[in-house]
Amino acid sequence: MENSGTFWLPRAASTYAADVDGLFYFILWTSVVIFALVVFGLIYLSIRYKKRGKTELTAGISHNTKLELTWTIIPTLLILVVFVWGFRGYMKMRVVPKDAIEIRVTAQKWFWSFDYQEGINSVGELVVPAGKPIKLLISSRDVIHSLFVPDFRLKMDAVPNRYTIAWFQADELGEYQLYCTEYCGTEHSKMLGKVRVLSQGDYENWVNENSQLGQGLTLEEFGRQLYENKGCMPCHSLDGTTKIGPSFKGIFGHEVQLTSGETVIVDENYIRESILNPQAKIVAGFQPVMPPYQGILKPQEVDALIAFIKSLKE
Amino acid sequence: MNIIPEKNYLTYPKGLKSWLFTLDHKRIGLMYLFAIMFFFLVGGIFALMIRLELFSPGKDIVSADTYNQLFTLHGAIMIFLFIIPSIPASLGNLILPLMLGAKDVAFPRLNLASWYIYVFGAMFAVYSMIAGAADTGWTFYTPYSIETNTAVISLTTGAFILGFSSIFTGLNFLVTIHKLRAPGMTWFKMPLFVWGLYATSIIQVVATPVLGITLLLLILERVAGIGIFNPALGGDPVLFQHFFWFYSHPAVYIMILPGMAIISELISVHSHKKIFGYKVIAYSSLAIAFISFLVWGHHMFVSGQSELAGMIFSFLTFFVGVPSGIKVFNWVATLYKGAVRFTTPMLYTFAFLILFSIGGLTGIFLGALSVDVHLHDTYFVVAHFHYTMMGGTVIAFFAGLHHWWPKIWGRMYNERIAKITAVLVFIGFNLTFIPQFIMGAHGMPRRYYDYLPQFQGMHELSTYGAYLLGFAFTIMAVYLIHSIFKGKPAGNNPWGGLTLEWQTTSPPDPHNFHEVPVWTHGPYDYDKIKVTPDLEKELETA
Repeated sequence: MENSGTFWLPRAASTYAADVDGLFYFILWTSVVIFALVVFGLIYLSIRYKKRGKTELTAGISHNTKLELTWTIIPTLLILVVFVWGFRGYMKMRVVPKDAIEIRVTAQKWFWSFDYQEGINSVGELVVPAGKPIKLLISSRDVIHSLFVPDFRLKMDAVPNRYTIAWFQADELGEYQLYCTEYCGTEHSKMLGKVRVLSQGDYENWVNENSQLGQGLTLEEFGRQLYENKGCMPCHSLDGTTKIGPSFKGIFGHEVQLTSGETVIVDENYIRESILNPQAKIVAGFQPVMPPYQGILKPQEVDALIAFIKSLKE
Repeated sequence: MNIIPEKNYLTYPKGLKSWLFTLDHKRIGLMYLFAIMFFFLVGGIFALMIRLELFSPGKDIVSADTYNQLFTLHGAIMIFLFIIPSIPASLGNLILPLMLGAKDVAFPRLNLASWYIYVFGAMFAVYSMIAGAADTGWTFYTPYSIETNTAVISLTTGAFILGFSSIFTGLNFLVTIHKLRAPGMTWFKMPLFVWGLYATSIIQVVATPVLGITLLLLILERVAGIGIFNPALGGDPVLFQHFFWFYSHPAVYIMILPGMAIISELISVHSHKKIFGYKVIAYSSLAIAFISFLVWGHHMFVSGQSELAGMIFSFLTFFVGVPSGIKVFNWVATLYKGAVRFTTPMLYTFAFLILFSIGGLTGIFLGALSVDVHLHDTYFVVAHFHYTMMGGTVIAFFAGLHHWWPKIWGRMYNERIAKITAVLVFIGFNLTFIPQFIMGAHGMPRRYYDYLPQFQGMHELSTYGAYLLGFAFTIMAVYLIHSIFKGKPAGNNPWGGLTLEWQTTSPPDPHNFHEVPVWTHGPYDYDKIKVTPDLEKELETA
């Protein structure tokens, strides 16, 4: 299906993926052999002993201790192998190396947000250096989500009010698909992301660029950048089309009707409140589904977004 | 020439009232059969809509919210309204007392009550569809199920009520099996169908209350905010998962054990051969029932559950696998030196053996901790689940339905068409779900309305398979209904079975037997008793 990867599995891009795949294929081929034996037995015996002629008495074979012991003991031994192998592989995934770089992962409807030790933040894209173990400290701000990167064989639920921990190390540079795999509502299937694995040098550059995010840009340009990178774009259009939320086109300074029946003028304070605490005022015809950005955006970033929305004339 | 007795349970007594207030286990079984087939149709239509929506990425026919409601209803209806009651409540009710040589179940009024409770619970589920169908998935995970504004309460109330229907049936069967066996029928001379229902009933009675409590707590959380599952109130959403799977994992054995019970019966009857390993099959049903209570945590390997818990649950999970595997070997070995008939029930039995083997073996992938981390919540799980529940239980149900159909109605369906249909079902099923294994292993998450273009080919194949399956089931409905009116009289013992239900008329007398039957042989003594199937008599005398 993908360009790389095998018929059964996607490419193996984390340090522990090969171990998972080894067990996967061990179970696969053992199963194929057992399955082939069952199907062969079924076909052979049913044709060989197909009823011919009149009804007669048949053999009174009720059991065969040796045979039964064989087909009990062999599968038992095989599954013990699978159990131990699976557990050992699992422990590799669970025990985080001491020198791992820690990244905070926050899931909320319907995007992923990543906080780095350098004090920077990215949305929808996890950027990591190659060849370094990365520890993910995961939590959710609303319902349960689950972080899944098939190429890494990595999956961990994001649970509200609790931290879960996962780790990985990717040695190959590249971009890897990230999914949410715990059902979380309307846009569950859109809650995608990327993991970008960079070389050490590129990673440092990325960190530097992002620590100075907005520098050298006008407030409006910075606002547009944030609009594209912080998860606004999937729900709010710029051309007047209605998506999950109202379009930003030409709303500034205009009056909007709320679900409560009141009307309100779209001004700086209204926009600020709608970003940080979106449930407070819901525009009529829309669902109260937007996540609060309190604690995700810095004050300067909120300013930039307001400036950007202001600039979108009709 | 076979004839249908004029006075039988279908014709006597007459009138609608005689059906609505009937205490006859056969009529109650039949009423269950109609009810569950109705919901199989509804759940099936939802499945076809899901598959149509998934034919290509993006929106095809419905919105994301509607899609989420569709898969929730498909799951909830198929599990709570179709599969769980399917074999025990319909075929079990119809056949179990006959097999035991009894006049009825131990508590006929409780039996009728269970049907009405089922209908009452079903009405809540139907009401929930009109009142803004729930979109939580059939698993109702918190906190999503607490905050969604869809009809979660009416659907869970429905499931809560249905639980009582299930408990009553289980209780009734347990007492019936203990107290109403024919003279001479000791425990180890019981047909294996009875053993399977016995193990099932134990789980129904012991596990279902936990689901009831869990759903009640969920309703209270929504209505009153008691703060047990809601993290905003200091509750623990993962606790809900523990509670839910504490019932719902044993529940998959409520679903599969009766299927295994049917296969044990059919493989012997349709090969006129003594079952291989009677005691092993009987004991392994009990072993599965017992171990099934100790493996719920394997649904939660990536939930943040501790590594020690994960290890223990993984270990125990494999020990459910062993008795299941042994049963498959026993069934295949039964054919050795038998006289195998390629009848319709036997074709479904073969389909079961193949599909259930795939379902069981793919379960090994999911029981292995490290591999499960990758496969959890992907289409691999969806496919595995359907191979066991549909390829296993539902196929076994249709095997049993075709096996006992001539007993229930006294008439035979067209075997030629039925066999062709069985082949179509088999092909359609595999076409639907084999692609799901492959895309699941590649990372296609479940419950996705939209998907990446790389998965389109597999989704297309799966959709074609689903429609082939839908087509095959339509043919089945047509020939089965046709046979009720126009089918050839089948005779009392069309397949040459040795168990007691074949010794009475087809359809049976309202009181089952004119005299109390005495059980003088084992259920599968084809080495001692020669019995020519009624359907083969003409051939053999010609």
